[in-house]
Amino acid sequence: MNYSLNVNGRSRTVDVTPETPMLWVLRDHLDLVGTKFGCGAGICGACTIHVDGESARACQLTVAEVGTKKITTIEGLSANGDHPLQKAWCDVDVAQCGYCQSGQIMTAAALLAKKPQPTDADIDEKMADNLCRCGTYTRIRAAIHQAAKK
Amino acid sequence: MKTELPSLSAAEQALDRRSFLRLSALAGGGFAVGYSYFGAATSAFAADAASATVFSPSNYLRVGADGRVTIYSARPEIGQGIKTSLPMIIAEEMDLNWKDVRIVNSSIDPDTSTPAPQPAGTPPAGPGGFAGPGGAGGRGGGGRGGPQLPNLDGPTPQMAGGSTSTPSSFTQLRQIGAAARAVLVEAAAQTWGVPVTELMTENSAVVHKASNRRAPYASLVAKAATLPVPANNELTFKDPKDFKLLGTRVSGVENPDIVTGKPLFGIDQKIPGMAYAVFEKNPVYGGGGVTSANVDEIKKLPGVKNAFIVTAQGGVPAGVAIVADSTWAAFSARAKLKAAFDEGANGSVSWAGLVEQAKAAGARSSEGDGDAFAGAAKTIEASYTFPYISHAPLEPQNCLADVKGDRAEIWAPTQNAPDALSKVAAATGLPNRAIKVHVTRSGGGFGRRLNNDFAGQAALISKLAGMPVKLQWSREDDLKYDVFRPAGFGFLKGGLDANGKLLTWRHHRVSVTGGGAGQDNFPQGFGVNALNPSTTIPSPIPTYAWRAPNSCSGAWVTQSFLDELAQASGRDPLEFKLDLLANAPAAAPAGGAGPAGFPGGGGRGGGGTNPQTYAQRMIPIVKLAAEKIGWGRKLPRGQGLGIAFYSCHQGFVAEAAEVTVTRDGKLTVNKVVAACDVGHTIVNLSGAENQGQGAIVDGLSTMWFPSLNFEKGRLVEDNFDSYPLLFMPDAPKSIEVHFVKSANNPTGLGEPTLPPVAPAVCNAIFAATGIRVREFPLTRTSLKWS
Repeated sequence: MNYSLNVNGRSRTVDVTPETPMLWVLRDHLDLVGTKFGCGAGICGACTIHVDGESARACQLTVAEVGTKKITTIEGLSANGDHPLQKAWCDVDVAQCGYCQSGQIMTAAALLAKKPQPTDADIDEKMADNLCRCGTYTRIRAAIHQAAKK
Repeated sequence: MKTELPSLSAAEQALDRRSFLRLSALAGGGFAVGYSYFGAATSAFAADAASATVFSPSNYLRVGADGRVTIYSARPEIGQGIKTSLPMIIAEEMDLNWKDVRIVNSSIDPDTSTPAPQPAGTPPAGPGGFAGPGGAGGRGGGGRGGPQLPNLDGPTPQMAGGSTSTPSSFTQLRQIGAAARAVLVEAAAQTWGVPVTELMTENSAVVHKASNRRAPYASLVAKAATLPVPANNELTFKDPKDFKLLGTRVSGVENPDIVTGKPLFGIDQKIPGMAYAVFEKNPVYGGGGVTSANVDEIKKLPGVKNAFIVTAQGGVPAGVAIVADSTWAAFSARAKLKAAFDEGANGSVSWAGLVEQAKAAGARSSEGDGDAFAGAAKTIEASYTFPYISHAPLEPQNCLADVKGDRAEIWAPTQNAPDALSKVAAATGLPNRAIKVHVTRSGGGFGRRLNNDFAGQAALISKLAGMPVKLQWSREDDLKYDVFRPAGFGFLKGGLDANGKLLTWRHHRVSVTGGGAGQDNFPQGFGVNALNPSTTIPSPIPTYAWRAPNSCSGAWVTQSFLDELAQASGRDPLEFKLDLLANAPAAAPAGGAGPAGFPGGGGRGGGGTNPQTYAQRMIPIVKLAAEKIGWGRKLPRGQGLGIAFYSCHQGFVAEAAEVTVTRDGKLTVNKVVAACDVGHTIVNLSGAENQGQGAIVDGLSTMWFPSLNFEKGRLVEDNFDSYPLLFMPDAPKSIEVHFVKSANNPTGLGEPTLPPVAPAVCNAIFAATGIRVREFPLTRTSLKWS
């Protein structure tokens, strides 16, 4: 089936079955591979994207459910990779393997959009479902605080 | 300002005998500096002998005609920061502007490298000798063969394991940088007609202060490319106190690509005409072949290109492959697959059964004690249990393979490219020289990607399907078909004299499946009669190296029980342990080595480190960790401090923790501090701290939440809901990593910072509550107190 999607401000058409998760639509059909496959079960948060500005798990969201909603992926978070969180992530040198970090940044971006000056408790609550297997949590907290100051 | 190079590590000395620095002029201007190896001289392939002096894909650099420097980073990047830190060493010695440096991964490429397969039983040939001997059960074996592990003590440039990347590369990289600098300086000396001794280098330029002249490297490249490279013994090196780049904080070179979602990882790779594959295997460990599968139905499903039964061959286990036009089509078809397997003899294996056997072995622990405890005024005993755990890297195993006719090419997230190569060779029957391995960034390793079973499977499916395929494991596959951290049990007994001094120590380690004992560490060798019996309970559940093998569990057992002994003796645990450390013999035993294997940790520990050296390096960091956590503070009930230390992988680390436990048993780890002695230079301070912080979180996560259980020969857990790991709310608010410099060569951090955290936290829990945690995961022990 053909679906016309709004991804990162562009109209994109894909021919997939209705139950195809957005994760695989993005990765396999639209070449947007920044959204990562970690568990396929909505647990780890590696596939976090924005749907109409709210963070969502791309592996749990079918293409049919998305309809005309605005999808933002890590590739579309900023024009030049210069979102305050992206800059802070580099400044603080957050990443180790880096695999979870696009999902972490997308969750954090949804947080800052609502709470520009989050407390540690706000951060822990919002980031509670994004797994970092390398254990960079202390730096993720620091980078979110740094981005919030900008 | 310049000084002699510090002594080479054993690995580097071995390398030194087989290699020489070489400079090559490049077509189009510029030059390359790197090592050539004689490894190919022993090659079975005659053609390799003719190309014995081509560059092996070790670390090396190219200086372009424009002066831009490209450093080829051969070590796989798995999150340990090596793609940033190792090139920093070259850049430091060469006085390069870091921003002028470009870093690229090198691949194993039959066109530019000289893999040198060797008969089993001979030592690896070093770089170029990719086919390290298959002592670990590598190629061709049925079922899931173990990884073809290169000799960790040898220079194995395309492997990252055992925290060896830094120690085995540090001096060699300095030599490459010093050689490149030397020819550029010589070029300036000849151009200006001044002696080399009047010249210095800074910011990618040669400077003659006397005449106030400055020549950017770019202006010297053409002449430098014609000059001979100095021999190793003619090179001069910076004094570490003059380092400008090393020891600073350098942000990871791939961070800009990571935060914008660029296709860095194995799972992100695509080539034209590729299909997507999944592979259903026997759920029973060590089971047999496919007895039935509805492949004809599967072939008719949407998007499916092919589905077929694979018989066990070339190291690839039996299974059913489904090849489709997208990952989701392959996953969806697999959900409808009905495959039956021959379960073989292991269909009744269970975790409960293994525990029963281990406990029976533990009940016989005292049989070897003899009269060892006869003189003790007081004895205490305790048993410790830790489960199998998974590596669970966040990027599930995957591999893109393109096998056509007489050639194979793969793109793999691997931490051991030589093993990937050998797995592909075994699976396809192709010679090594026909296989190209592209090493991608890996979404975590932790030891899992030393074993490249996934690469062999991808290659075989590509060959059988007749098209390039990306094999994608699900998270469930990744857990089920891991090679696990072995489970184990410790049955300990300690004997104290009337003054509370430790006389006798028995640590009976019972391992299931195998894995070393992790017993040959402190307090053995410190005036204590140490008994270290071990028992192995055989099991078909596959195991392999998990971050800080053996040490990751052994440290918890030994450092917890020492805390118990301190309590039994009425002593402060820190004082008790420091007193033991002070028991080191006054002088190193003849031959320089302590009691056999001491103090190792993981079998690859401070080989040759004697108790005296151990104490010299350990005491300062133990004291520093104690100081940083505020040891001795009076805390209310429900809060406590704990401390532990361990040496493995040539690193020495002490960690201290502060915890809070509520009356209803909720644990918060408030703070962890680490004090580390990993030699005289910290390469990248940011990366080093990050490794320490991450290892502490990993150690906490592993002790706290997950366990693997087995029933009917199968794994019970299947995803992160049943196999939970630590998320941000449970991470300590503060993790400090401190470094104490010593005269030793630098070593890695990814592993030695992990083992001490679990005992430090468990000792803190005891201090807070009086509850001793003797079983992992920690969630099995109630921490309620009143």
